[in-house]
Amino acid sequence: MDKLHLDRHISRQFNEELEALRQQVMKMGGLAEEMINDAVRALVEGDSNLAQKVVDADDRVNDLEKAIDERCIMILARRQPTASDLRLVVAIIKTINDIERIGDEAEKVARMAVRLAEADRPRNNYRELEVMGTTVRDMLHDALDGFARLAPEVAVDLVREDNKVDADYEAILRQYHTYLVEEPRNTRRIIDAIWVARSIERIGDHAKNIGEYIVYLVEGKDLRHASLAEMERELERGDSE
Amino acid sequence: MEENRQQSEQVPAGVTVDRDRQALNIEREDICIETRGLNLYYGEDQALKNVNLRIPRNRVTAFIGPSGCGKSTLLRCFNRMNDLIDICRIEGEILIDGQDIHHRDVDVAEHRRRVGMVFQKPNPFPKSIFENVAYGLRLQGVNDRRKLAEVVENALRAAALWDEVKDRLDDNAFGLSGGQQQRLVIARAIAIEPEVILLDEPCSALDPISTAKVEELIIELKDRYTIVIVTHNMQQAARVSDFTAYMYMGEMVEFDDTSRLFTNPRRKATEDYITGRYG
Repeated sequence: MDKLHLDRHISRQFNEELEALRQQVMKMGGLAEEMINDAVRALVEGDSNLAQKVVDADDRVNDLEKAIDERCIMILARRQPTASDLRLVVAIIKTINDIERIGDEAEKVARMAVRLAEADRPRNNYRELEVMGTTVRDMLHDALDGFARLAPEVAVDLVREDNKVDADYEAILRQYHTYLVEEPRNTRRIIDAIWVARSIERIGDHAKNIGEYIVYLVEGKDLRHASLAEMERELERGDSE
Repeated sequence: MEENRQQSEQVPAGVTVDRDRQALNIEREDICIETRGLNLYYGEDQALKNVNLRIPRNRVTAFIGPSGCGKSTLLRCFNRMNDLIDICRIEGEILIDGQDIHHRDVDVAEHRRRVGMVFQKPNPFPKSIFENVAYGLRLQGVNDRRKLAEVVENALRAAALWDEVKDRLDDNAFGLSGGQQQRLVIARAIAIEPEVILLDEPCSALDPISTAKVEELIIELKDRYTIVIVTHNMQQAARVSDFTAYMYMGEMVEFDDTSRLFTNPRRKATEDYITGRYG
């Protein structure tokens, strides 16, 4: 958090509050990252115990969301932050909302993994979902890393990765659609797998959002809903003196 | 001005995704007060250094900055209060509506009628509420009771004080609370129909409720007047002003629309000041 000089307030207390807040966000993000990892593994390995661990972890993510929100509200009320301090608090409030949703999606994947563990397994062991799941896990990792390093450029990579995930998702849907037609006896399993694909795709969207909040935090620019080209142009230009 | 223009050019134009889409742009404003290369010295000490500033009409412009940065000095220039200080020397130009206020044809008394001023501590005269507001008109030779009553009522209404004092207009103004006195002083300034109202920390001696009333009043008045306010309270500047100037050691560090300055200032010095960092 060097670039924004968050540790250089005249009020040492305020420095400590912001640092504690930042650490909690990283902790929450780390938990969600682990949840994605475990949920995908539980799916691929048919491991219901691991899936249960993911379901339990979601409670901790939810608790952290509330705790961080409360800290942010306290800072807004007591410090009336401005400029980069204000952007940090706003970016955190938004970021943890997306992390919490990522936790929810990972939990859904885990619950599906439990059901799918009991069903017949496809020959490729959900390889396509594993690939997509690993991609979005890495996206969240990169988003959190970008948040820690205050690196707005990760936003561009995240948009690119998310586009790939969206394309993979479309391909998987088409593939599963074929299975539905060809293997009517596996309908239930295939529909569950579609739900998994859907959740993983959503995780990619949330990770991408976090990248946009980093841009807002560091550059003060709102690049939500911007195209990849617009985003690249804006980030290249910068406007700080 | 060159500096301001430079900064404005950095505001991205036509970028649909930009946060500044609805931001105010000084380039599109009708300018009321302008300073050009303004230097001000108290004896050997230079209090203002090459200040180039354009203050838009019918907007609230706030000056912020640490004590001694020159913001009050600059404000006082606008109604030539610094003329009263012997050792004060001014270079450069101050234009109001395009006219140099130091031109020898300018009548200082008439100039101060156009540019009213309200100070940190309310300074009502030791007279009745009515006479305080009517004072400026009486000086101008207006003595018609009906005319005076009309102007006093309008000014008190405009200053959001009428309902609180209408039944005791003949009471001494010192009987009012601090917040009421400050609004009375604003009514006194309004009564002579100025163009510009200068406010020098108008709320620093007031409680939060009176402060809120004065702030509300400032926002209501900007439709009719150009308002310039000096304040130590940054949240106040953020709340009431359309444009904010950050000054430091006699220099205009940054001037921008308030929402931009408080969310994403262009200069690190501004950022350090408004976020309470040591530079």
